[in-house]
Amino acid sequence: MLFFSFFKTLTNQTVTIELKNDIRIRGILKSVDQYLNIKLDDIEVLDLDKYPHLSSVKNMFIRGSVVRYVILPRSEVDVGLLEDATRREAANQAGKAR
Amino acid sequence: MADNEDAGATVAEPLDLVRLSLDEIVFVKLRGDRELKGRLHAYDSHCNLVLGDVEETIYVVEEDENEEEITRTIKKQEEMLFVRGESALTTICNGHRR
Repeated sequence: MLFFSFFKTLTNQTVTIELKNDIRIRGILKSVDQYLNIKLDDIEVLDLDKYPHLSSVKNMFIRGSVVRYVILPRSEVDVGLLEDATRREAANQAGKAR
Repeated sequence: MADNEDAGATVAEPLDLVRLSLDEIVFVKLRGDRELKGRLHAYDSHCNLVLGDVEETIYVVEEDENEEEITRTIKKQEEMLFVRGESALTTICNGHRR
């Protein structure tokens, strides 16, 4: 649930998503769910000349499983908080496993 | 529980090794002949990762005019990157010899 919560803190920020088929899409992160499916608004496809079929698309739902990377706005990420949350999550997982 | 008291330093499970690399530079090999080097800020049990100040290297194999294979590398820089765990093959953590 760590990254689900993390992405929720980034809603309404502009992110760039790189898909496993190399398409890069920049847009405003509107929502995210537990599978890390993502809804983007006001999208812009980078390298549009290669993917002209996406030129008229304005909003997009992206299935989580096709994502390779999400490029995030550094200023919106509190790395200290994120590391603490990661340690807490790791401790929870270890507790469950025992 | 004694287990909990020293849980910060011991390696009981594979992912504990990754936990010890939080806020350290790590090297990640990915599907599709890609490598990442960056500071690890978060991970979860799926090996989803967040890396900061990342350098991505992509290896592309091409044939030259003599039909000999040559490997070209493409380098990219990102400030903050989420990596979907499915893509990650190995994470190499430096600086911890235990």
